[in-house]
Order: sequence, then C-alpha cells, then structure tokens
Amino acid sequence: MDEKAAYFKGWMDTVVGKVPRISTHMGFRDQLGGCRVRWGVGRMHYTVPAGLYAIGEPDPESAVLVTANYKLSFDLLRRELSGRNLWLLVLETFGINVWCAAGKGTFGTQELIERIQTAQLARLVKHRTIVLPQLGGSGVAAHETKKATGFRVRYGPVRSRDLPEYLDNGMMASAEARRVRFTLRDRLVLTPVELVQAWKPSLIILAIIFFLSGLSRDGFNLDAAIFHGLTPSLVYLSALLMGSLVTPILLPWIPGRPFSLKGAQLGLLLALMFSLTLASGWSGASLVALFLMVPATAAYFAMNFTGCSTFTSLSGVQKEMRIALPVIILTITSGGIAWLVGHLL
Amino acid sequence: MRTIVGLRYLKDVVILELDSEKCTGCGMCTQVCAHAVFAVNGKVAQILDRDGCMECGACSMNCPVDAVKVRAGVGCAWAIFNDWFNRKRVEGSEQ
Repeated sequence: MDEKAAYFKGWMDTVVGKVPRISTHMGFRDQLGGCRVRWGVGRMHYTVPAGLYAIGEPDPESAVLVTANYKLSFDLLRRELSGRNLWLLVLETFGINVWCAAGKGTFGTQELIERIQTAQLARLVKHRTIVLPQLGGSGVAAHETKKATGFRVRYGPVRSRDLPEYLDNGMMASAEARRVRFTLRDRLVLTPVELVQAWKPSLIILAIIFFLSGLSRDGFNLDAAIFHGLTPSLVYLSALLMGSLVTPILLPWIPGRPFSLKGAQLGLLLALMFSLTLASGWSGASLVALFLMVPATAAYFAMNFTGCSTFTSLSGVQKEMRIALPVIILTITSGGIAWLVGHLL
Repeated sequence: MRTIVGLRYLKDVVILELDSEKCTGCGMCTQVCAHAVFAVNGKVAQILDRDGCMECGACSMNCPVDAVKVRAGVGCAWAIFNDWFNRKRVEGSEQ
C-alpha cells in the first residue's frame, strides 16, 4: 500500500488485520491521471494494489463491493460511495477495466475465489453476499464462487453512478441500470486513444506520401516532394479523422450496420469535398485515386473502432472483416497504382 | 423495442443457444446480460433479441444448469487481426 497515495486516509484495525481506509474524494491528481490515460499516457500502468479496502466505518454487516485494479475504475467507483460504510475488494486485473478483464478472464472466478480467501472475508463479515459490477459477469461464474467460498454473488448495475440507488434499493437494479449504453460522451472519451495509436503508422504513411510526391521521371526532388506532397498528406489526415473521430461521433446516424461501411460513406463525402476544392485541378488518374483511397482509409479506421463499441459481437466483426478487409486492401492498392500512374506519366 | 437507437450490429450472425429443457428459470441470464437479450417468461428463459447479443459470454458463464451456449469472444477488429496474423487466440472455446 502506497501511503502517499491521495486516496489513502489511514489504517483501520479489523479482525483480519490492518485494512487501508480510502477517501471518496477525487482530487486534482486523480482527475489529471484520468485525463492522461484517456490520451494513452501510462495507460497500461495505471493501477492500485489489489486487496481489501475500507470506505467510511464499515462493520461486519457492511456490504462488500468488488472491482478491478485499473485506477480509473477504482476512482469512478469510490467517487460514488461518499458517506457510506463499505468494504471494497479489488481484484488483480493488471490495470485493465472490469469488462475487458472479464473478457480476458483475469477478472475471473479463480481470482475472485482466491481474493476472498486471502482477504479472509468470511472472518471479516457476518453476511455471505458480495456485489460485483454487472459487466464482470463474462468472467465470473456466480454459482462456482458460491460453491467454493460460500459467498453469493449479486450483480450490481453496469455503471457505478447507479450504485447508490442500487444499494439504497435493497440491491435491486432497474432494467435501465442493467443495460449498457454507448452515448456520445462514451464514444468521445474513447477516440483520443484511437488517434494516439494511429500516430506512429501515420508517420510512416506520410513519409511514403512525401517520397512518392517527390518522384518524377527525372528522379527524386525534395522541393517537389514538399510542394506536391502537402495536399495528399492533408487528404490522408482528413481521412484518418473521418474514420476514427467523425464516424464514432456520428455512429448512430450513419446508415448501414458494418462500421467500415459507415466510414466509407463519410470517406466518399470527404473525397467529394476535396475534388471540389483543393484537388479540383488534379488529373483524372489522381481523382480516381482520391475516390478510391479516401473511402477505403476512412473505412479501415472506422472498422478499428469496433473494439471500443459496446454492441459488436465476435461473429459479427469476423464477418465484417472477411468482406471489408479484402475490399479495403484492393481499393488502396489500385488507388495507389492510379496515383503513381497519374503522377509519373 | 427496447433497443439503442441506431446502434445495432449485423443481423443473423450471433451464435447463441438456449436449452429450454435444462432451464430452471432462475433469471441469472437476465441479470448479467447488458443488452436485455433474455426474459424469463412463465417458467423458463426466452431469447427475446438474438441480434442484440454481443457474445460476451456472461449468460453462459453464470447459468448454473449449463442451459445457455454462446460463442464467447470480443467483437474487436484489432484482436481478430492478431488472431489471424499472429495466431494469438482471442476466442474463448465454445462454452
């Protein structure tokens, strides 16, 4: 336990030994940390130690809540629990959120059973109930946990902000609290990481664009590379933003179900806008390249957003990729050839 | 329909089965499902909205009598890329 952590409020003496007591206040550093990981900074190492914590003045009758050791999840949970007396059991998920860790199995039955045993939960509390986030359900078998530990798993709401109502309502979640959503805000907070991850491959793509722009029948020329490469680079970056930012924002309103199809439509619109403005003077072959490559690029980045969404299935994404990926590769290749032909001849 | 407006994925792709003979109507599947795919109607559970399923596997995992089978996995293009090209497994075996 890091006693310097802003959420640490001291030690509480219990029958199972000292338990760290934590604050329900979100300080500036917590807010800043949350913001940084949304941009991918230190995201894989944003953790709290697994184990037992106390909130307020819990006693043997107090409820036990279970969560993951991703600090963002831990913060969002404790923030909702001010003024309450509870035990918090944090599982070792290696800094991954509850839903993704449940999918991988680290937020799983085995870890839960071991954590209940090492925390000596059966000595700490008199009751035999633990509350898990609903989205932990894909990693945890409630009946097996009960068999191994005697503790009955109750699934709380999907979102921590519905927890106070759940706890005050005799541990009953409304139908609404049981449904996962994907609001504009949910979609927006996930796009920065997508953009950050696209940054490195994009540098290579931009380098290729500038290099090819500088080629002519007389060889490579740096001035020509800069002069002719600027607009195509802008086209590429716009297509990237169309796929990984605008498509996620407009997701429910773009026609069609495959993400790549949604991205391709916006890409087509973007190609049209370029053909009427910055690319209006381009040769026929370059325009063909524009209308092939921009929709394909946007489609590719849009398809990558499937993993961020809350409603795509493995079978569905596999089907989408089996069709979309060959089309995208073929379109980008033929677009690239058209561009080179128009450029060099 | 209780659906997320505009946020629906492909039709007729989901692999999900419910064995009504085994089902005891305990309702665990209705509690863990985040897309309201199931409802307990009378004595046993029913699949109300198969296309709403995202194959997360929570229902099958928490069914005490093994009445639900789903092809559990993650609907993420990156994970599938890795599976295709690096042979890293993303797919849980059928539960």
